[in-house]
Amino acid sequence: MSDAIVELGSEPVIQPPVDRGPTTRRGAGVWVRHNLFRTPLDGVLTVVFGTISVVVLYKVFTFVFLTGRWEIIRVNLQLLMIGRFPAAHVLRLAVTVVGLAAWGGLIAGLISGRRARAGTARRLPLRRRAADLIGRFWALALVVLYLLVLAGTPGPWIMVGLALAAALVTRIAGGWLGRRRPNRAITVGLALLLAAIPPGLYLYVLAGLGFDEWGGFLLNLFLAVCSIVLCFPLGVLLALGRRSGLPLVRWMCTVYIEIIRGAPLFVLLLLANVALGFFVPTTLAPEKATRAIVVFTLFTAAYMAEIVRGGLQSIPRGQIEAAKAVGLSPVRQTVYVVLPQALRNVIPAQIGQLISLFKDTTLAGIAMGLFELLNVSSAITAQEAFRGQGLIGETITFAALMFWIVAFTMSRESQRLERRLGVGTR
Amino acid sequence: MTRRVPLWRDVRVLRWIVQLAIVAVVAAIVIWLYGNYTTNAAEANIPTNFDFLDNPASFQITGNSLSQSAPVRDALIQGLLNTLRVCVAGVIAATILGTLVGIGRLSSNWIVRKIATVYVEVVRNIPLALFLVAGLLVIVLGVLPNINDAWDFLGLVILSNRGLAVPWYEGGSGRGLLLIMLIGGLLWWAVARWRRSVSNRTGAPARSGLWGGLVFVVVMVVGWFAFGYTWSVPAVEGRATAGGMRVDPSFFALFFALVIYTASHIAEIVRGSIQAVPLGQAEAADAVALSGFQKMWFVVLPQALRIAIPPLGNQYLNLIKNSSLGAAIGFYDLTLVATTTVGNGSPAVPVFALTMLVYISLSLVTSFIVNVANRRMALVER
Repeated sequence: MSDAIVELGSEPVIQPPVDRGPTTRRGAGVWVRHNLFRTPLDGVLTVVFGTISVVVLYKVFTFVFLTGRWEIIRVNLQLLMIGRFPAAHVLRLAVTVVGLAAWGGLIAGLISGRRARAGTARRLPLRRRAADLIGRFWALALVVLYLLVLAGTPGPWIMVGLALAAALVTRIAGGWLGRRRPNRAITVGLALLLAAIPPGLYLYVLAGLGFDEWGGFLLNLFLAVCSIVLCFPLGVLLALGRRSGLPLVRWMCTVYIEIIRGAPLFVLLLLANVALGFFVPTTLAPEKATRAIVVFTLFTAAYMAEIVRGGLQSIPRGQIEAAKAVGLSPVRQTVYVVLPQALRNVIPAQIGQLISLFKDTTLAGIAMGLFELLNVSSAITAQEAFRGQGLIGETITFAALMFWIVAFTMSRESQRLERRLGVGTR
Repeated sequence: MTRRVPLWRDVRVLRWIVQLAIVAVVAAIVIWLYGNYTTNAAEANIPTNFDFLDNPASFQITGNSLSQSAPVRDALIQGLLNTLRVCVAGVIAATILGTLVGIGRLSSNWIVRKIATVYVEVVRNIPLALFLVAGLLVIVLGVLPNINDAWDFLGLVILSNRGLAVPWYEGGSGRGLLLIMLIGGLLWWAVARWRRSVSNRTGAPARSGLWGGLVFVVVMVVGWFAFGYTWSVPAVEGRATAGGMRVDPSFFALFFALVIYTASHIAEIVRGSIQAVPLGQAEAADAVALSGFQKMWFVVLPQALRIAIPPLGNQYLNLIKNSSLGAAIGFYDLTLVATTTVGNGSPAVPVFALTMLVYISLSLVTSFIVNVANRRMALVER
């Protein structure tokens, strides 16, 4: 490390060792000696773990390409992805996917357009931008491509193509709109449009159907998204209540949060499955999927409240004092000054909560018998064509891949967002 | 004469009115729910009290001598003990594995670093339930051999799809053994303290771990023979193993799934905490020529632990709560005992209320312990 000492004034400053990775200018031999065989112990570790990783890689390779019998996935792909969703209405799902892609593209475009107007945008050449996108989404793209090839029918290809096209078009349109001088009519119109699209699509896809026949991976995604959206207002209210100056309110919120955080989600789901019927009149007792959403919402609200509380505590007192000084009422202090900053600070933590909720949706399948991905993947091994062949390994691997790709992409994006928001550095 | 503020504009009065209104709404909802419960229970003729605890359980817990006629109370206690067993073992193993992986992510060895990273990124993003199902259905029932050609390690450990059998003590009570261990532990602590004080006075190396450990081993060996304990080694007899202690396959699957899953989260905490220790500390350790292990063990890890304790405590709480998933693969923990007795006719609401109460108490006790540890480790400033 002697070469890492640089003279700064008269004091030597020690620089942290930099991990140069495999692409260093000094030859491969030096790299190997430095990164694999620095000390005898290092050499032993390299040999042991190198052997282990070679064996594991070999096993994975043979399982994926040679011994794995993936026929069961191809045959049951629709069941795995959307369960017993009525075949006559699958088109609605495709329209919803395209609509959501357009919605996301519009938001991304507006944000970058605003940035460009404010002069804070990072101007990247097109090639760098494409490389950036590939770096972020290559794993997701590969899995989607795999699913499309596996599906083998033109429908999904058309849907994904249209979704990409819609996202691209609205991304450009949004960028153009965002760069224009803000015009009150356009701003209000856009805000209304953005707020109306998700509930509109929700009503469209559910009209006359209900979600009791939903299943597969779609149900996992739906449960997670629904619950996170519904729990958000409740969580914010609980967080505000826990920090409020009204002792009774504070006390009630604290008790609720601590009870829910102390109880396992699995037991709550079992309780809702077995005993919810006792607590509401029999005519009101909801269907299973609704019960699951209620439990997930009430459960996640407690965790969301703690996350938001962290955000509220990160707001300097000066902000509230400044709001008071300009004569805002307590409600306006909270809504206009405190909450916007607090919520921005906790976006990454909220995405973390969304990921864990998304993984927990498998519990609804175990506790309530909902037909979600994990349940489907164990159920299809009992089909007549595949019974008794020990195919659970293949189906579980497929389910794991589905969960992994979504959770991994979300957590990567959340880390990126964290860096861009500069949480903790401001 | 000062004019009094009218009541409807007095902030103190308004605050109480708002609070009472909110309390009234919440109370109304709770009373409504409770009223529904009592009427529904009365209609269905289901008791709402806790008398069911004395009824016979009429089911058996695998790996336990509890008879069918034992009361529900005893079955629930057995379930709680099973939960505690898997939680204590899981917390210890997950901490060790998580710490190793967390250090591995910062290793200077390229292969170790990559393996640790892949492990964390893969395991963290897959639901625990998948590991459980895979652990039981794929590993235990698919990979492990039949009892007749069980894997036998040195004639001591027998592993098959009937579970794991290990050598265990015989010829005395478990309490006696625990007592010996407790005495040994106390002596270890006293000797280590004495060695440290000697070291402080004279400057001689303390070697407190070596001395304490030796004393502990001596106490254990003496106690073992004094109380007449012997080893019982497992052997295959027909369709089962005899002797030793048998660990149920469901315990096996639950334990490994919990450890592998929780360790991936603990690894990230450990990595973050190590990175939060100022670099100067490690460099100072290098400067006084400590070895790599000494640098970690005496300088970096103690300081990282201080940062890591609160999030570690959260992970322990998660592990305890996640252990309820053992019910999904037939491990008789508290949750599965509760659902089974409900299936056998115990009233659902009291059983689940009791179960929740137990889990909440477990969580509170754990967070209390973590808080105490945190307070003891915290830097005392000024």
